[in-house]
Amino acid sequence: MIEVKDIYFTYPTGVEALKGVSLTIKDGEFVAIMGQNGAGKTTLVKNFNGLLRPAKGEALVDGVSTKDVSVAKLARTVGFVFQNPDHQLFSETVEEEIAYALRNFGFDGATVEKRVTWALNLLDLAEYRKASPFMLSGGERKRVALASVLAWDPKVVILDEPTIGQDHRQKENLRQFILQLNEQGKTVVIVTHDVEFVAECNPRVVLMKEGRIIADGEAKRILTDTTLALEASIVPPQIAQIFQGLTFLGFPSDVIDVSEAKKLLVEHFRGLRS
Amino acid sequence: MSVFEGFRFRHITSPIHNRDPRIKFLFVLAMFVIAIFFTEFLPLLVLFFLPLPFVWIAGVGKQWLRSLRGAVFLASFIFVFNFVFGYFYRSYPSTTMLLEYSLAMTLRFLVLIESFSVFFLTTSPDHLSLALEQSHVPYEFTFAFTTAVRFVPVLAEEAQTIMDAQKARGLELERGNFLKRIRNYIPILIPLIVSAIRRSLELAEAMESRAWGASPKRTNLYVLKIKLGDLVLLALAVGLLVAGIYVRYFVEIPLLSTFLPQLPF
Repeated sequence: MIEVKDIYFTYPTGVEALKGVSLTIKDGEFVAIMGQNGAGKTTLVKNFNGLLRPAKGEALVDGVSTKDVSVAKLARTVGFVFQNPDHQLFSETVEEEIAYALRNFGFDGATVEKRVTWALNLLDLAEYRKASPFMLSGGERKRVALASVLAWDPKVVILDEPTIGQDHRQKENLRQFILQLNEQGKTVVIVTHDVEFVAECNPRVVLMKEGRIIADGEAKRILTDTTLALEASIVPPQIAQIFQGLTFLGFPSDVIDVSEAKKLLVEHFRGLRS
Repeated sequence: MSVFEGFRFRHITSPIHNRDPRIKFLFVLAMFVIAIFFTEFLPLLVLFFLPLPFVWIAGVGKQWLRSLRGAVFLASFIFVFNFVFGYFYRSYPSTTMLLEYSLAMTLRFLVLIESFSVFFLTTSPDHLSLALEQSHVPYEFTFAFTTAVRFVPVLAEEAQTIMDAQKARGLELERGNFLKRIRNYIPILIPLIVSAIRRSLELAEAMESRAWGASPKRTNLYVLKIKLGDLVLLALAVGLLVAGIYVRYFVEIPLLSTFLPQLPF
């Protein structure tokens, strides 16, 4: 469980990134943290694994304050996948890249081997085992970065902007993958701008603005709230926009799911015909 | 990364910021030359305090201090090396003298750092490139230089991100013996170098698509002109240089250690 209690954080440059944020993420939850650039999303999640430590307030991981433990220790529980895979890839082979963290955590040789194979298969990277990570495409590099974190099977996985630079097919794969991880009981936290992606995932949404949380609840409610959207500079998903324009026909205004939309439309047209 | 902070320009104006960068550079050079002149503690101490008024007028005290703080590690390195080698090679008659000499060498390093820090803190990269261009340095070099300066903070920030990313994968920089600790930096340096190369290639493409180098003769919107204040600074620089040479050759510089009790080892 991750718990932050009224945390404040100011960067050395003087930017106040967090101004009193409290949030509890229970085990097995799937949370999307959203908000415009500079709202403090990444700063907040960096407090979850001790990369940043609150100037005021407290950040707890499974009841332990991040102030008392090193990042490396916390990383064992909280896996953090950075936005840009190029900020972490350095090994000669994909295999070595994935094994790096495992060795840092002191797994023995046989376990490292086993986990690497497992992670490679998990992200469909087995054929690149001996390839150089620098020779892979952007999407593949992102998957290597993800594999290198999932390899040690952290309880919580944080993904910073996972959809950036991914084509639609990859995004869909990623969505399936995240949902699958979450179903297996992992806590998943994503930081993203991608409203459509969030609408399709349907997680709990935490909306931030200027270092504060302004809304917290299910995606359906938050993404379709036009006042909130305006305040946090997000645009409701396209489906929600369509349905908000169709309320005069008696449609609900909080539709974000494709299959739900389809069902409602079919019902409506059937009603018209009969 | 605080050393880099101490060299990062911020847009404020002050009488120091407005000075012609060429003259400012001459002044820094004068400081540099004089610092190299002396191996004694006292003149270097005077030199150390010399830029303080400039720092105060320019209002960059905080950043300037930060650059000094960043230099402390290297400075202590220089001190220890001078002292240890001086001690083992017995190059000085007494340990107190050696101590003074080591301190002087450390101070010399700090003088160099602080004067360059003041220069970079009060000179915008634009001014710098103007100054180079008007000193007839080919534009390609000027551009390469200013780009390098401009990207230092960007790279510093990137290094921090990479460090965070590797820490999140269980890297502990401070763990292990000396060799292991150096090896710990490989996962940080490789991504940093790779991304710097990638960035420079992208930058080159972006610039070529904006017609970089299309006209051989460039003109500038702003042209640097020497003003009265610049002449005053120039006079100061020359005066400093003359005074330094005079003191070096015609004044006997007292050694502090001759007045101090001698150390017993």
